[in-house]
Amino acid sequence: MTSAPGATAPARPAEATSPGRPAGSVRRRQRLRRALTGWAFSAPFTVLFAVFMALPVVASLVMSFTDLRSTDLRNPLAVNAVGLDNYTRLFSDDLFLRSSVNTLAFVVVGVPLTMVLALAAATALNSGLVRFRALFRVGFYLPVVTSIVAIAVVWRFLLDPEIGLVNNLLRLVGIDGPSWLFDTRLALPSLIVMAAWRNFGFLMVIFLAGLQAVPADLYEAATLDGATRWQQFRNVTLPMLRPTLLFGGVVTGIGYLQLFEEPFVMTQGGPLSSTLSVSFHIYNQFGFGNYGYAAAASYVLFLAIVALSVVQFRLLGERN
Amino acid sequence: MVAKDTALRTRDRVAKTVLYVVLVLGLLAVAGPFVWMALASLKPEREIRQVPPTWWPETFTLDNFRELFSRLDFPLYFLNSALVAALVTIGNLLFCSLVGYALAKLRYPGKRVLFLAVLGMLMVPGMVTFVPQFVLVSNMGLTNTYAGLILPFLVGPFGVFLMRQFLQSIPDDLIEAARVDGAGEYRIFWRVVLPLCRPALATLGILTFLGSWNNFLWPLVVATTEDKYTLPVALALYSVGQNRTDYGLLLSGAVVVVLPVLIVFLFLQRHFLRGIATTGIK
Repeated sequence: MTSAPGATAPARPAEATSPGRPAGSVRRRQRLRRALTGWAFSAPFTVLFAVFMALPVVASLVMSFTDLRSTDLRNPLAVNAVGLDNYTRLFSDDLFLRSSVNTLAFVVVGVPLTMVLALAAATALNSGLVRFRALFRVGFYLPVVTSIVAIAVVWRFLLDPEIGLVNNLLRLVGIDGPSWLFDTRLALPSLIVMAAWRNFGFLMVIFLAGLQAVPADLYEAATLDGATRWQQFRNVTLPMLRPTLLFGGVVTGIGYLQLFEEPFVMTQGGPLSSTLSVSFHIYNQFGFGNYGYAAAASYVLFLAIVALSVVQFRLLGERN
Repeated sequence: MVAKDTALRTRDRVAKTVLYVVLVLGLLAVAGPFVWMALASLKPEREIRQVPPTWWPETFTLDNFRELFSRLDFPLYFLNSALVAALVTIGNLLFCSLVGYALAKLRYPGKRVLFLAVLGMLMVPGMVTFVPQFVLVSNMGLTNTYAGLILPFLVGPFGVFLMRQFLQSIPDDLIEAARVDGAGEYRIFWRVVLPLCRPALATLGILTFLGSWNNFLWPLVVATTEDKYTLPVALALYSVGQNRTDYGLLLSGAVVVVLPVLIVFLFLQRHFLRGIATTGIK
C-alpha cells in the first residue's frame, strides 16, 4: 500500500503562523474536516458494504455454530448454539465428502487444462506470425461474456446422445458416442472440458498482456546464443511470465473451487451425485432449510480458498 | 549460408501454417457453437431434431421467437434484466469511484481498515454471504421486489479495488492545483477526477453490466413470481422444467440472452480487453 499523498507534504505555512489562535486547535479542526471529507466520500459505499456484505459474512460465521433452520426465522429463541456440531457432522456427511472430491477433481484437472489452453492461445497470438489477431482474440473471449444458462442450453443440445452435434460427428467416423451427461464417469469430465472451453479466453487476455511485457532484447540475446523456439519458451518466456501465471492460476482456482453454475444448469448434480459440487451441496442444504449447516459448509469452502491464496502469496514472495 | 536461410524460411512457413490450422480449429470449436445456436434458432423444431443434422436451415422460420415474445413473457424478462443491470451498474460506478477516490487520495482515520475489509471481501466465496443475504432481504420484506434484486449488488469489492488502483496513478498535482484554485472537494471530484477516470469507469461499467445481466442464482431465489424474472432465470427454469426438450424454444431464448451482450462486447471489445489485461497485471 502506497502512502496517501499529502502525508509527506509539509503543513501549510498559514497554519503555523495563524495569529491569535493556538496552532493545535487549528490543526485539530483541520484534521476533523479531513476526516469528515474522507468519510463523506466513503459513507455510501461503506453503509451498503456493511449491511449487504460484511454483516452477512459475520452472520454466516455465527450461524454456523447454531442449529438455525428456515422455520426458526420467525422464532429466533428456538435457535440453539451447537458449538462445532455442524462442522463435525460435515465430515461424516457422505454427500459433502463426495462433493468435496468432485470439486477437488474439478480444480486439479480444470485449472491446468484452462491454463495450458490459455497459454497456448496467448503464445500463438503473440508470435508475430499471425494476422487477424483481433478476430481470434474476440472469438476466444466470446464464451467468457456469455450467460452460463445460455451456454448450458447450447451444450446440452450439442452433447445430446441422439440428436447432438458431437455424437453426430463421432458417428461420421464410425464411433457410437456415449451419453455424455448421463454417464457417471463422463459427466464431470464433460463439465471440466466445458469450463475450460468457457474460461480460457479470460486467462488468454491476461497472459497476452504478460507476454507483451517481456523485453524483446531477451529473445534477441537468446536467438544470438542459438536457442530454439522451444528453449526460448522454456528459459525466457516461462520464467518472465511466472507472476502472471501464478495470478491466473489462483484466480481460476478460486473460481473453480466455487463450482456451481455448470452442474446446476447442466446436470442438476447428477447422475448419482457424480457432478455435485460443494457450492451446490450448500445450495441444496439452504433449500432444505438447514441454514446453520449450510453456513458451516460455506466456511469450510472459504477456508479452502484462503489456503489457496496463502499458498500463492508464499510462492510469489519467494521470488522477491 | 543461403541454403540455411531457405531452410529456415521453409521451417518458418511450416510453423506458420501449423499455427493457423490450430488457431482456426480452435476458433471453430469456440465460436462454432454460437453460430450453430443462432442458425438452429431459425429452424422449425422438426429440423432441429433431424439426424443427421442440417447446418444451414432448410426452412427459415421465426416461429420460435414469435412464441417467446407473444405466448411467453420474454419482453418483460428482457426489461427486468435491463432495468436491474442498469441500476446495478450506475450504483457501482458512482459508489465505487467515490470511495476509490477517498482511499487513493484523501487522508482520514479508518481508511486502512476499510481497504483491508474490501481486500478481504475479494476472497469470500459467494456461498458464504448467500444464506444471510437471503435471510436479510426476506426480513426486510424485499423478496420478489426490484429492490431485493438490486440492493445486494449495488457495491462490490472488485469495483473499489479497480477504482482505487486506477486513481492512484493520477498525479496529485492536478488535484492540488484545483484545491489551490479554491475548488471544493466535491467539485474536484466531479470536474477533475471523474473525467480522468473514464477508462477505468468504462471497464468497471462493462464488467458490472455483464455480471448483472448474466447473474442468475440470486434472481432465481429472490424472484418468486414470473413478473420479476430476469432472462437467465426464465431460461434456466424453462430448460429444467416441462420445456426441457423443446430445443427450438430454448435455443432462441439463449439467442435473446446472448445477443445484447454480444453487441455490447463487439462494439467495446478493444477497450474492454485492454481493461481486463491491466486488472491482471496491476
